[in-house]
Formats: sequence, structure tokens, C-alpha cells
Amino acid sequence: MTDQAYNFAYLDEQTKRMIRRAILKGVAVPGYQVPFASREMPMPYGWGTGGVQVTSACLTPDDTLKVIDQGADDTTNAVSIRKFFEKTAEVDVTEKTAEATVIQTRHRIPETPLTDDQILVYQVPIPEPLRFLEPSEVETRKMHSLEEYGLMYVKLYEDISRHGEIATAYAYPVKVQDRYVMDPSPIPKFDNPKLESAALQLFGAGREQRIYAIPPHTKVVSLDFEDHPFDPSKAPHACALCGAEGSYLDEVITDDQGGRMFVCSDTDYCASRRAAGHVGAMTSIEGATRMLRSASPDQTEPAQ
Amino acid sequence: MQNAVLDGGFADPAREAAYAFRAALNAMARPGTIQHITGADAPSPCSPAAATLILTLCDPTTPIFLAPSHDTAAFRDWITFQTGGPLVPAKDAMIAIGTWEALLPLDPFAVGTPEYPDRSATLVVETETLASDGPVLRGPGIETTARLTLPEIEAFQRNRALFPLGLDFFFTSEDRVAGLPRSTRVMEA
Repeated sequence: MTDQAYNFAYLDEQTKRMIRRAILKGVAVPGYQVPFASREMPMPYGWGTGGVQVTSACLTPDDTLKVIDQGADDTTNAVSIRKFFEKTAEVDVTEKTAEATVIQTRHRIPETPLTDDQILVYQVPIPEPLRFLEPSEVETRKMHSLEEYGLMYVKLYEDISRHGEIATAYAYPVKVQDRYVMDPSPIPKFDNPKLESAALQLFGAGREQRIYAIPPHTKVVSLDFEDHPFDPSKAPHACALCGAEGSYLDEVITDDQGGRMFVCSDTDYCASRRAAGHVGAMTSIEGATRMLRSASPDQTEPAQ
Repeated sequence: MQNAVLDGGFADPAREAAYAFRAALNAMARPGTIQHITGADAPSPCSPAAATLILTLCDPTTPIFLAPSHDTAAFRDWITFQTGGPLVPAKDAMIAIGTWEALLPLDPFAVGTPEYPDRSATLVVETETLASDGPVLRGPGIETTARLTLPEIEAFQRNRALFPLGLDFFFTSEDRVAGLPRSTRVMEA
């Protein structure tokens, strides 16, 4: 089978029109979940079928596509979706955030600030922020229509009463343009401030058949309380490879002696910093020596 | 059957519709900006921009209302042949096309329901002048303020007051399109 056996960007035109109409209504009502007739895609639910359908409906032949999975360009999900559109839409692909015009993401927002000629497409597993509090779709839809979000505040309050702080660390609920409470997909709450962006942000949930959007420069507020303000926390470390102190970090276990390192989750951000000469604890001579010394058995603290 | 009915579709439907949708998406996501949109050519009085929007968004599942300004036999046939979309009265329409005066009054158009505000009509308003000038716009998609030549102000303020219900608008002129979603606040310049 040749590549021409596919329509441009895989989906048929009638499906794309249906998705495009849903996207436009999503843009017109920021944060509201528009139902759409999600299609079977040549990948399982949970692998980004919602994001893929939104990307397919948005791509033009001139686009440059970047796909990330938890910030990384080189993981299985990201590589296969990138190849999928390389094959079916013949678009250029890149790993550089600044060069991309469409970025499909699973669970991260790139560290490099996005611009107004970029579109960020999120893969969303559970689009309904109230779903774990109220299992009925009929009820959650009514709650959204009445702007009845007390239950969500109760949930955050219970976090505080149990843990002393709001313990929700990812998929942290936001209120969009003072109206709809929205699930920003399971991005770390560290990324929540970046939801107010110059780029258009589109969210696709394939299994749950919902599309929603945040237009550029839209007000997005993370839910909190006056005495417990929102805190976009991160691990208190610098990246071991590039030394970045303001980026979101992954913890990597390096041995079975309790050794670990923290590295940027955004691989493009980390690589471009290293290319620009930044070094971290593991890439500088002194840092590496210190790490080796602390890892040698005679000086290691006994395990707790 | 006249050639005017059969002609004027996309030469390369998938790619031309992709470019056209991006223009429509940018227009709706950034109210006040004016986007270039071409590809389709419908019988007069429909502009190329409105014709392209119709081909990009309409198919047999989208009921279409033609305002008196655009309700000509040739244009009806063109829409039916090119999209298969049923032509319906204003109250049943998902998409409506016409000049501002011909589309009025706006009351019959669907504004959605509280549970499903997306079930509302999108109006394609044909205008002679389309420029980033005139009334001031604020809201999602606009960093500070934007401006857009609008036929009037009060109708859009009433529409905004219905939020999250309401109508969404495209304004088309020749090969250009601008968008005005229900979320935009419109004020006197």
C-alpha cells in the first residue's frame, strides 16, 4: 500500500468537518466540553486518539509538527504519532519547540514559551474534572450548566484537612474565563501557569468523545483558597544535565543503592541548554567527581 | 444543469479544506484579526470567502439557512450539489449565510441549551467592508483589545449577555474572513 492510499492526514473529509465544527464551538465557549463522534484510530484508546484526531483536523501541508510524551520527543508514543503524520500528511516534523507550528502533547507543556502562531494539542484521558466526584454525565453536565462547582472546592478542602495542603499534583482543575471549570489533562500543576498562553490550546479526548479549547490570552485560574493559594511546586533540585533551576524535573533512579538524579522532563529544552554550554551536576567535572565520591560505599549513609 | 452549479468546488479537497479551516480557526480564536481564505467559488452573490467556509464546514449533517439576500436558485443548487446540506428555516439552521440586514432578526436562530451550548447556530455574515477598525473587542483570544468593523454593536452585546449560550459569527468579504465568537465583549470605540 502506498502512502497515497490515505486521505491527507488520515481521516476522511466528512469526519474532519465534524471535528472542525466541534473545535470551532469549543473555541467559542472556552473550557466547555463539546461532544464529538470520535473515530476508531489505528492505535488503542489511551494512546492519544483524541489528540491525533484534533491534530488531523488542524494540520495543513505547511505545518511543522512536534509530538511530545511527558516532555520527551523520543518516547514510543511520541515517535509513533510523529511518524503517523509524517506518513499520512507528509508534514515536516521537528523536535524543537520554537520551530513547530503544531505541537501534540501528552501531559506536559513545553518549557519554551509558545507563540501566537503555534497550536498546542493535548491528549486527554478523562476530560470531565468532576467525574471522580460525580459519576453521572447527566449530573456533571447540569453542574456545569448551573456553574455549580462547590463539590470541587470541597474536594480541595478535604485535601487540606487531610494533608495540610492541596495534595492534587497533576490534572489540577482550572477555571477558564471565570466560567467553566476544566481539566487541563494530567499535566503537572507546575505547568498550570503556562495555560495562559499566546498559543491556541486544543484538547481532544478520544475514548470520552470530547473536544475543548483555550483560545490565546484567555484567563485561566487554578482553583485555590485565599489562605491556601495555588502553588505550582516542583522538585527542589536543578537539572543534573543542564543545571536548569526553573524547569520541571523527572526523577531517575540510577542504581539500587538509592542513587538518583533529576533531569528536565522537556528533552528539547534540556538539549538546547546543553548545546548552549550550560552544565549540570553530572555534566561538570566537579559535579561528577562529587557524585562519584558520595556514591562510593564507604561514605554512603546507611539506608533508612 | 449550469456549469456554475457544478464548478467552484475545491480542486484538492483535503488540502484546500485544511488551509481554509486553519484560516477559520485563527479567525475564531483571535477575534478582530482578518484571515485570508480561498479555494471555492460560488454563484453570485456569495463571496469566495463564504463559499470556502461553506465547503469547509457543511455536509449532509449541517442544516443551512439562506437569508433572502443569498436565497437564489443558482446558489441553492450550488450548495445542494457541493455539500448536500439541507436548506432549512432559520430556527433549524446550524449555519446561516446572508448579509446582516437579511439575517435579522437574530431571535429565531438556535443559541444552544444550558447543558449543550455548542448546539447553536454559526452565522456567516457577508459584508462589503472588513477591517480591523471600528468597535472595540475584548475577551478570549484578544491580548488587550482588538477592533473590527461590525454592522452594529447592540446585537453583539445582547448575544454576549447570553453567554455561554449565543451565536457565533464569521464576517466575510471577498477572500477574507474574521470571526466573532459569543465570548467577545463589544464596545463603542
